[in-house]
Amino acid sequence: MMNFVNSLGIILFATLAYSTPLLYGALGSCFSEVSGVVNIGIEGMMTAGAFTGTVVAYFTGNPWIGFLCGGLAGAFFGMLHAIATVRLGADQTIAGTAINMLGPGIVIMLAKVMFNSTDTIPLSASQKMPKLFAGTFDTSTLFGRFMDNVFAAYGSTYLVFIAVLIVWFVFYKTRFGLRLRACGEHPQACETLGINVIAMRFACVCISGFLAGLGGACVTMTLSTQFKPISIVGQGFIAIAAVIFGKFRPQGALLGCLLFGFCSGLKVVLGGSSGVNMQLISMIPYVVTVIVLVLFVGKSRVPAANGKPYIKAK
Amino acid sequence: MTRKKSFFDFIAENRFIHILFSIILGFLVGAIFLAVMGLSIGAAYGRLLGSVTSLKGFSYVIVYAVPYVVAGLSVAFSFKTGVFNIGAEGQFVVGSMAAVCTGILGASLPKPLLIPLCFLAAMAAGAVWGIIVGVLKTKWGINEVLSMIMFNWIAFYLSNFIAGIPAIKNEGTAEATKNISENASMLFSKDFIKSAGLAPTANWGFIVAIIVTLIAWFIIEKTTLGFELKAVGSNRFAAEYGGINVNRSILTALAISGALAGLAGALQVMGMGKRISIFTSQEGFGFAGIVVALIGCSNPFGVLIAGLFYGALMYGGSKLNLEGVPTQLISVIVGTVVFFIAISVIFNKFSGIHFGRERGANGGALKAADKKEEKK
Repeated sequence: MMNFVNSLGIILFATLAYSTPLLYGALGSCFSEVSGVVNIGIEGMMTAGAFTGTVVAYFTGNPWIGFLCGGLAGAFFGMLHAIATVRLGADQTIAGTAINMLGPGIVIMLAKVMFNSTDTIPLSASQKMPKLFAGTFDTSTLFGRFMDNVFAAYGSTYLVFIAVLIVWFVFYKTRFGLRLRACGEHPQACETLGINVIAMRFACVCISGFLAGLGGACVTMTLSTQFKPISIVGQGFIAIAAVIFGKFRPQGALLGCLLFGFCSGLKVVLGGSSGVNMQLISMIPYVVTVIVLVLFVGKSRVPAANGKPYIKAK
Repeated sequence: MTRKKSFFDFIAENRFIHILFSIILGFLVGAIFLAVMGLSIGAAYGRLLGSVTSLKGFSYVIVYAVPYVVAGLSVAFSFKTGVFNIGAEGQFVVGSMAAVCTGILGASLPKPLLIPLCFLAAMAAGAVWGIIVGVLKTKWGINEVLSMIMFNWIAFYLSNFIAGIPAIKNEGTAEATKNISENASMLFSKDFIKSAGLAPTANWGFIVAIIVTLIAWFIIEKTTLGFELKAVGSNRFAAEYGGINVNRSILTALAISGALAGLAGALQVMGMGKRISIFTSQEGFGFAGIVVALIGCSNPFGVLIAGLFYGALMYGGSKLNLEGVPTQLISVIVGTVVFFIAISVIFNKFSGIHFGRERGANGGALKAADKKEEKK
């Protein structure tokens, strides 16, 4: 019983920790896709955020400034994507592929110049993202340890759940959200109603980059202490997958990310006990996703105008 | 049009010139980065050029290029049908693993039998990987981008799992498979390599790459199958109305595309790699295939040239360290090239022509390539 409660606590902790970066990326992806711009460049934007976050935190000593700057770095690449796809009507998939090469290329080159290595210098405990409510719970009791595992989470984790609520509210309860969704469904109709589609989409892609950047910073500032070229390996794509899984809704993406995070958490716990092949365990999240898709989710309806450049009629 | 043609018209109308222009811009941006970092542009680009123009260097470039070309053909083929094969990565991985397993377990077979067997195993594995995604899409309507991302990772861990099986695993301490049998290797004879002064990994793979390029071109341009696939890619509803079985076309395209990516994996291990290490991160051949297909405008011959270009950058890039230049300069250059290829419309803007290009959700890339053909 004691072991079980302990394991459960650790799994929940790992689930939250691992799903946080994915969730930032997924919220970013939501913004872009729902406004009608395919953003496959989330991965590159996350890498940019991961590097910038740790570097700024390292030099300023303040994790929150680092975290914010990670987001801004992502937003910069989001802006590049927006200039190409929204302003210049570029092919969105190709531009995203370019971002995925440029982001890592530029930051790893910067790392080499700044640190003479592809890795940054590890952050000290005070430079890392702080855990909220650390030490609030009495870890000498079983219940306290469980509560400590679950609720003494990183600040970024608390933030992201608030962010999900905010994004949900913005999407479905505000005028901005209604317009945003309309831009992804029928931009021509929006334009006739006086909505500036170009500006809306431009803003959404930049926000998308900002959130993805925050997600990247989460990886290097919570799960690890330094940026390495292999810090971001596929999380961006998983975030996109979570969004499609969640039918392009923030609340759906939340479920998708928690599923992936839970499977990663399970991996961490089972990894300790030998006898089970790690490689097969690692495969679980992906197999489960496919099965869940076939059995429960089915077809994910893509926003109607998604992927189509909007060129304003003269 | 009565207006006199400007320079930008010229670029906008000629796909080849446009890509050349993008490549020049890529190197220009690379040079700016070098200058900002205080590194010598001449030394870096000199090293890049110098390392690929010698005979030995060029043979390395070809060795590097072979898997990129075939992976590029795989993605290009899928583009033609309006499917974005982001799953080439996984298909490549299962293909290379199938070839390695065949190459290890079939060591007793003679070379003329074992090599084709390895190819077949790899192509079958890649095709299965593609068909699974296709069935998920056509039968249950699962978004193919999502399932491809999943199957890339399933392939990744499956490969790592197989690499740990005793019959396949290296006896030594290396976290890798055994080497494939000599009978499955495509390397030139050692004496020939030595006397001709080629790269030690020089192999017959390039012949396969050229043959596959020709076959891909033939299928796409000269067969009913190719016509049907392109019709589905251009407008699936019109194709369906015209009596083409759209679902079957998508399955066929994904099977062929997967088989090509699998073959690329086989060529990689039977030529250069010899074995597969336990991966820590995705190798990126499939993603490179996407880039190569884009630079090559999804045209098989374009892909052949683009693959060589990419191979040259990858090999030359690996030598940049000697000048104290980070290898990632190559990613920046290639990323910029792809970025400018994406905004082909920018040139149209300057020239005052607006192509109201109709695009499907995923078929954007092929339209750009087809635009040229429409003009003919």
